[in-house]
Amino acid sequence: MDQQDETDEIVQEFLTESFEGLDQLDRELVELEEGGEPTARLASIFRTIHSMKGTAGFLGYERLEKVAHAGETLLAKLRDGKLSLNKPIADALLRMVDAVRDLLTQVQESGAETGGDFQPLVEQLLALADGQAVADAPAAMKPVKPELMEELVPEGLVPRASAGAPPTSGVPRAEAPKPPPVEPREPPPAPQKAVRSAPAVEASVRVDVGLLDRLMNLVGELVLARNQLLTFATGADDPSFLAATQAINHITSELQEGIMKTRMQPIGSIWGRLPRVVRDLASELGKQIKLDTSGAETELDRTIIEAIRDPLTHILRNAADHGVEMPDERVAKGKPSQGTIRLRAYHESGKVNVEVSDDGAGINVERIRQRAIERGIITRDAAKLMNESKLASLIFEPGFSTAAQVTNVSGRGVGMDVVKTNIERIGGRAEVLPGEGGGTSVRLKIPLTLAIVSALIVNVSNQRFAIPQVNLVELVWLDPTQMATQVDEVRGEYLYRLRGNLIPLVHLGRVLNLPSVERDPSLGMHILVLQADGRRFGLVVDDVLDNEEIVVKPLGPELKSLRVYAGATIRGDGRVALILDVLGLAHEAHVVLESQLRGRDALRRTTGPTTAARESVLLCRSAEERVAIPLRMVTRLEEIDLSAVERAAGAEVVQYHGEIMPLVRLASLLGKDVAANHGPIQVVVYAENEHSVGLVVDEVEDIIDEEGMSVRKGKPGSLFDSAVVKGKVTDLLDLRALADSGVETPFAAVGSF
Amino acid sequence: MGQLCTFYLDGSRFCIDVAMVQEVLKPQPMTEVPLASGRIQGLINLRGRIVSAINLRKCFGMNPGGSESRDMNVVVRVGESVVSLIVDQIGDVVEVDEEQFERVPDTLNAKFCDLVQQICKLPNDLLLVLDPSRVVAGME
Repeated sequence: MDQQDETDEIVQEFLTESFEGLDQLDRELVELEEGGEPTARLASIFRTIHSMKGTAGFLGYERLEKVAHAGETLLAKLRDGKLSLNKPIADALLRMVDAVRDLLTQVQESGAETGGDFQPLVEQLLALADGQAVADAPAAMKPVKPELMEELVPEGLVPRASAGAPPTSGVPRAEAPKPPPVEPREPPPAPQKAVRSAPAVEASVRVDVGLLDRLMNLVGELVLARNQLLTFATGADDPSFLAATQAINHITSELQEGIMKTRMQPIGSIWGRLPRVVRDLASELGKQIKLDTSGAETELDRTIIEAIRDPLTHILRNAADHGVEMPDERVAKGKPSQGTIRLRAYHESGKVNVEVSDDGAGINVERIRQRAIERGIITRDAAKLMNESKLASLIFEPGFSTAAQVTNVSGRGVGMDVVKTNIERIGGRAEVLPGEGGGTSVRLKIPLTLAIVSALIVNVSNQRFAIPQVNLVELVWLDPTQMATQVDEVRGEYLYRLRGNLIPLVHLGRVLNLPSVERDPSLGMHILVLQADGRRFGLVVDDVLDNEEIVVKPLGPELKSLRVYAGATIRGDGRVALILDVLGLAHEAHVVLESQLRGRDALRRTTGPTTAARESVLLCRSAEERVAIPLRMVTRLEEIDLSAVERAAGAEVVQYHGEIMPLVRLASLLGKDVAANHGPIQVVVYAENEHSVGLVVDEVEDIIDEEGMSVRKGKPGSLFDSAVVKGKVTDLLDLRALADSGVETPFAAVGSF
Repeated sequence: MGQLCTFYLDGSRFCIDVAMVQEVLKPQPMTEVPLASGRIQGLINLRGRIVSAINLRKCFGMNPGGSESRDMNVVVRVGESVVSLIVDQIGDVVEVDEEQFERVPDTLNAKFCDLVQQICKLPNDLLLVLDPSRVVAGME
């Protein structure tokens, strides 16, 4: 947000508030004149004018400030009982309100005070404040010649009637402001951009958050009632009843969407002050830290935004204090003296992830182990049994802190446990992971708790479960013959060949320990290909029933420890159905191991049987060089006609499933010339989340399974690792990293077709 | 002076402070929660709110009730959460005085897994005073 926008925003807010205040003033003044209870009302009127004057002065609206000031002076006298309200005073005050409204309208329309001679009014107000009975001065609002205004402004509008005797003399009072300073002032800053908008009162309406909450709950109930109605309607055949049901169905959906939108805010709204927090902390600690943020536009429900505000600050303070080292220490380690804290928000699996990662010293699990034993958080025996990720998560225990020194900033043993409690209270989860480059990363997984999500209802052992659509990659049904050829069994674990890619199969009933139900084998097999933490797995269910909009309701604290559920919902028939948490399910079934959390080597754990070190790779060739790509990173292989390739921002793109997908030439990645070709091009597509990339290769040679492939990591930041494939050292391309990198660098695509 | 809501469980007579009881319901359609502790009987839909039903027999280590249990729901508020306690049968609401309460003897304490801290003496009966907050705390 640039400064101009910020100023505009302040002005807009000032206008909105002032117009509201003016309406109230009118009302109150009239009530006062009619003999209302004076003291409280006068105090309230005084406050309104006083704060309006303050803001006007701050924003440089001098005339507004002066009029308000004169009114305030008179009001102060009234409030303190030095004067009593009579008709002339009431008239003058009402005219003052009119004048203020007039000036505000000018500001609203043109961004500046444009005209009007308010001097007589100001003088009249001040004279009244002095106890003089004055004749009605006309509240002149006719625009005067600009040169006349020029004369008036530098004079500071000191009232001539009381010149030499300031209106407030003899009335020492803190809030009674001095007469306007006579020193020359800068003219009010002329806005660079005229503020042209609909009248402020119509542009926005303030709504009580409590009311929004009630509306949201009501819409939630309405959705449930609608679902019940739809269930009921399936059995009906009265056309007018069906039409009415359909109408209600659509209106409910739109209403739901609208209400949800009113509550959404970009997470950036609480990030604004964080760079300042980090800066202050850094200077307090004698460190050099910069804050990188991304994903500020990620929208969350406002209650959730509020709830994560403090935890986020805590984590940031922790990262600055415990994570980032002192500059000399960093230099000694060969790192830049300035540490970086990255704040990242993004959607994943129907939740919002907020990550705070630093490039500091990382987590010392040994120290955590010792400290936890010292503090009596765990016993020595328990500590022996704990793996590293469990140990790392101990920092979330109450009363835990490993800072060698208690600093002002953190290290008093409060903080991380508060973070965890607060995040869990809104149904989220906090995890600590080793960050990239040896630092620490704290990830908050925040659900869209109040959200209404689209979910697939499945049936297992005659029990219904809801699976959020966002986790669903595809739905597969295998007939008995396909089952025989595409599902393999390896030591009791089942694997499914999905377009050459082996994905582990998980039987939902077995994971949940449900009694198995006899099924007719000819019914085939339903597989939901799900995605969790960048890994795919197939979930086998008995039946796939329906797709429904469900209202996510939280489970009680007594069920919080069960990671496999994200909540519960009430179905059309009034029964409760559990919502599966796909990631939790994957953990429960051991298809995603904590060690597999992308590229995190430090928290290694024993690998499970389903994920033997066997990798399928795609071998491609371009410019006479062969490159291998792990098949798990390949979404599809496409043949694209050259005519479909377009150029955007100097880069090659294609429209792919309604999205714009950048193309990268493998040859140019390898630093070779791109050979001209004319026919259709071979594209290896990677598309996950919002990132996608199409890698243009000359030829796809083969897909091979490499047992126990040994991989040598490439240089940091490099897209290539090396691996032995078919007995030869081959470049292994990290296609996902290429997509994540936003595909900028390789775009110097040499030549074209 | 207070009121107690009484109920039966495996032949014994228990009670809960009426102030904690939100409502009493006949058996409700129950959704089981796989992998949850056996003490969680399932989830019920309480007018749009999802409430965990806790099997009190399991909490006390009693045998599962056969036909004698009618699976009545005593919905209680504990702090901010609401849970339903599944009991065999509902009894009367009785009025009692402060002096009718007594600490539960240690011999019984262990038997009732710390969930009963007090006992209430009626002229010809004894009521075991259940502390719902301990029941809920034991579940987390």
